[in-house]
Amino acid sequence: MSEIAYLARRYPLGVGGAIIMTVFVFAAIFAGTVAPLDPFTTNPRASLAPPGGTYLMGADMMGRDVFSRMIHGARISLAVALGATFLGSGFGAALGLSSGYIGGWFDLIVQRIAEIMQSLPLLVMALVITASLGPSLTNTIIAIAIPLIPNVARVIRSNVLSLREMPFVEAAKATGMSEWRIAVVHVLPNTLAPLIVLATAQLGSTILTEASLSFLGLGVPEPWPSWGRMLSESAAEYVQTAPWLVIFPGLAISLVVFGTNLLGDALRDALDPRQQD
Amino acid sequence: MLSYIVRRLLLMIVTLFGVSVAIFLLLRIVPGNIADILFDSAGLIDPAEKQKIVVDLGLDKALPVQYGQWIFGLFRGDLGYSYVSEKPVIDEILPRIPITARLAGLALLFAVCTGVPLGVISAVRQNTGLDYLLRVFSLTGLSMPSFWLGLLILMFFVHYFGTIPIYDRAPATYWAWIQMLVIPAAAVGFRSSALIMRLTRSSMLEVLRQDYVRTARSKGLSERAVTFDHALRNAMLPVITTIGVETAFLMGGLIVTETVFNIPGVARFLVEAIRWRDYPMVQNLVMFIALVVVVVNLIVDLAYMFVDPRIRYGQ
Repeated sequence: MSEIAYLARRYPLGVGGAIIMTVFVFAAIFAGTVAPLDPFTTNPRASLAPPGGTYLMGADMMGRDVFSRMIHGARISLAVALGATFLGSGFGAALGLSSGYIGGWFDLIVQRIAEIMQSLPLLVMALVITASLGPSLTNTIIAIAIPLIPNVARVIRSNVLSLREMPFVEAAKATGMSEWRIAVVHVLPNTLAPLIVLATAQLGSTILTEASLSFLGLGVPEPWPSWGRMLSESAAEYVQTAPWLVIFPGLAISLVVFGTNLLGDALRDALDPRQQD
Repeated sequence: MLSYIVRRLLLMIVTLFGVSVAIFLLLRIVPGNIADILFDSAGLIDPAEKQKIVVDLGLDKALPVQYGQWIFGLFRGDLGYSYVSEKPVIDEILPRIPITARLAGLALLFAVCTGVPLGVISAVRQNTGLDYLLRVFSLTGLSMPSFWLGLLILMFFVHYFGTIPIYDRAPATYWAWIQMLVIPAAAVGFRSSALIMRLTRSSMLEVLRQDYVRTARSKGLSERAVTFDHALRNAMLPVITTIGVETAFLMGGLIVTETVFNIPGVARFLVEAIRWRDYPMVQNLVMFIALVVVVVNLIVDLAYMFVDPRIRYGQ
């Protein structure tokens, strides 16, 4: 208990971010129970019903409850964001670790490939990959994960390069440990802090990328309610007539990204004091 | 210096070559080509007709042949023909570039003009109410999707003024031109502005702790002279690097912003080309974007060297 109080005093903004994230994660996990109405049921009589009464945040053109769709949308957004971040950071860390540890031509090739990937903006690359793989939940996750890999690989590689020269690695070598074991037992755990910081920082951008992809009609397909697609459906026609269709989904995206940013900043200060601002 | 530039240019060519191979393969690993789409959408049924489309577009040739034709065409300035409009790709892309370039330029200008001063204020007034307000403001900027901000601005204008300046192919005056693009530019540049503000702040705080700043203060210089002449100059270095990195991000923002504001630039065109599986268009557009990113990064690195004489590459 006292630890929580200490954390709240030391990183008030970070705790705020954690609370926001907890609310969204809770909504996502228990979407079926929390949502007052079914997100897929259409009701022609409630078409474009304004917020209030049964429809807390109004209803869309087909009479579906916006609030319930938003809660189910949290599931999609967080699933894509967490999935893509895990996948991208995992592959990136493995690549960075082996690239920094093996060195030589392998390192050279990995560096060139990372450079090639980094010369394309995240959204452009994700767009081309989804276009190639076709729209589906898994493909969206893959499309967002791949552009994350070079970034993570580079950070982990530079970490590994400096760790490799540390006295404790030398000591491990002197005891006759194999290179492979040193990499996994001694070097890898020491890259965890920067990895967590980086992954949290990227969580926000994966959510924004998913929203953009869905907004452009190339993200998670129907019938999944995704915040980005809710916006793209309402953007063109209802900006004037039904502003609640534009305001609420965007608010959800901004709030959850805001939460990840607050949390990311606090984690960086706590785990990686060297990059403080 | 010269050898450094030459080496960078060579690496640039390697990178662009890699991008070309990657994008070419990526567009072809999955079945379903333009012939299928045209075939389905036009309601054609005759297989012979479909075969004719495939042959006409060169889709029946082996992949290396198709790739070779594209690359050699590129060197001759021949980007091929759009599958959809059947016009030369270059004629479709070129007129759209200035539109996006102006929008991006205006957005960057907005980002720097707001981000740097606000960052300085935030740093100088560290840990005051104003600083907290500005920090939350910048974090908000980093959290909002630019297309949503665009929609909100659109909504605001339509609600309070009944209208918004819409895109016009030939605005009469410079003023009309700026009026037309300034709102989308602000919408897309807000994120960059927030990032630049955060960076300026942290970089200023770092510099303000340095000994030479204390020296400047102790020799009786005014706080203004210390902040602007001594601190800001050095604090700008990391900010310049970010501007390079931001161009890539900005490109992503432009795609959605051009869609929201219905601006016929290159960025939105990429999405349309992807929807149509217009290979020649997508390939060339992606190559163009990669070229812009790589060149901007080179320029930023070189600018860095001129701004900070301590940096000497390739020695």
